[in-house]
Amino acid sequence: MSKYSLPENLVTPKADWMNRRAFIVGTAAAALTGPSLATSISGTELEPTSWDAITKYNNFYELGTGKTDPYQNRDLLTTDPWSVEIGGLVANPKTFAFEDLEKQMPMVERVYRFRCVEAWSSVVPWNGFQLSDLLALVEPMSDAKYVAFETLYRPEEMPGQRSDLYPWPYVEGLRLDEAMHPLTLMATGIYGESLPNQKGAPIRLVVPWKYGFKSIKSIVKITLTAEQPPTTWNLIQPREYGFYSNVNPEVSHPRWSQATERPIGKGVFAKREETLKFNGYEEHVASLYDGMDLAEFF
Amino acid sequence: MSVAQTINQWSKAVPAWPLYVLGFVPAAWWIYLAVTNQFGAEPAIRLEHKLGLFALQLLLGSLLITPLRDWFKVNLIKYRRAIGLMAFYYVILHLAVYLFLDHQIQWIGWDAVIKDVTKRPYIMLGFLSLLVMVPLALTSNNWMIRKIGPFRWRMIHKATYLIVLAGAAHFVMLKKTWQLEPILYFVLAFGLVAYRFWPKNGLRWLGRRNQTA
Repeated sequence: MSKYSLPENLVTPKADWMNRRAFIVGTAAAALTGPSLATSISGTELEPTSWDAITKYNNFYELGTGKTDPYQNRDLLTTDPWSVEIGGLVANPKTFAFEDLEKQMPMVERVYRFRCVEAWSSVVPWNGFQLSDLLALVEPMSDAKYVAFETLYRPEEMPGQRSDLYPWPYVEGLRLDEAMHPLTLMATGIYGESLPNQKGAPIRLVVPWKYGFKSIKSIVKITLTAEQPPTTWNLIQPREYGFYSNVNPEVSHPRWSQATERPIGKGVFAKREETLKFNGYEEHVASLYDGMDLAEFF
Repeated sequence: MSVAQTINQWSKAVPAWPLYVLGFVPAAWWIYLAVTNQFGAEPAIRLEHKLGLFALQLLLGSLLITPLRDWFKVNLIKYRRAIGLMAFYYVILHLAVYLFLDHQIQWIGWDAVIKDVTKRPYIMLGFLSLLVMVPLALTSNNWMIRKIGPFRWRMIHKATYLIVLAGAAHFVMLKKTWQLEPILYFVLAFGLVAYRFWPKNGLRWLGRRNQTA
């Protein structure tokens, strides 16, 4: 068994997370019988941020640049039917209908820290499957080194895409080893419910050790490439947003410090918390960057 | 009677002092919403931004008084001091939220703030704006005008132009990218300052008045 595989008994049973109200209880029960998934991944028990906070405070510029715009505009987006096209340097290119992915992929629940580059943070109980499981189905070829992702482009449903201020569609990318890492998730839900539109329905990426903008939403296309793919924030402000964008308290954003973060949903007197290197996942992912200067490859 | 005359009549009857009370109503309302958790997931930041933006709006309002008089013969000058002082009070509130709720110097200390001020141009501009406002606020009373004389008073208060430009630039630069709203504020600030420097307006910024108006 590889270092990162998660034993079956560490994954919360579906019955527990299907009921959002039972969620906290379920986690507590798991803690009694053994280390829960959250514990095994982060080293400490994480308390999820409220449903309200994580669904009403989002960056999803396709639905507006204000923090509450995506929530207010969420009904403009339709996500049925939905398919994800996977191609590029793969032996078995394929387009998956979203409902087939939901049926055939091995679903897991992961409670991850989520750290926005703007220095706010939350803890999100995601549901989904490992990206590695999906990529295995299309069989990446040996010259594939990167994975490129693309968000839906549909300006008639996404008012933000009618603005020329940003290059659309939103694109993101990972190195193949980052994409294959067991922590890297394709999320289809939170709190055991389908992803709300403003969170990137119906399917999005979650890379918990990177700043939130890497976790691209509402994905329609995945392409394996030999070259490093372009990424939206890097295209807009290359000095401020690098390809890697690993959470790093030691590397400041040019306009603000990344040393601490503000947890959301905890009221006006919420205390700042120390930001952790790789967002608390250092022991799992630091080896991916051995020998790299993280200040240069920010 | 024209609209301008009506407004001028009305302004003769309405004193300026209620503005010092009414001016705090938005702040009180926002603080109430923030403290009672009705201000979104990051209430401290929302409060910080609301206070800062309102300060900028008040500053722009104070700079609109002169063009309103020049173009529309609307005379609201008696309210200008109150508007300017309210802008200063909102900047102080904005600073207080920045220090105590955002950077939490009471828990974390001054380190982050000192780094912010010395390393980040948009924070520098914010502080510059605030510092330059202090002498203006201190001289915004009749006693000080008598003490330093109207000419010197007017020269000191030309610093408003610097304050509003620095404040608007501070707003533009804090966003992750170029965004329309802050840019519109900056354009308005720039226009209102440029108006003072327009030669046809008699170079009022030198203290001369346009005799032909």
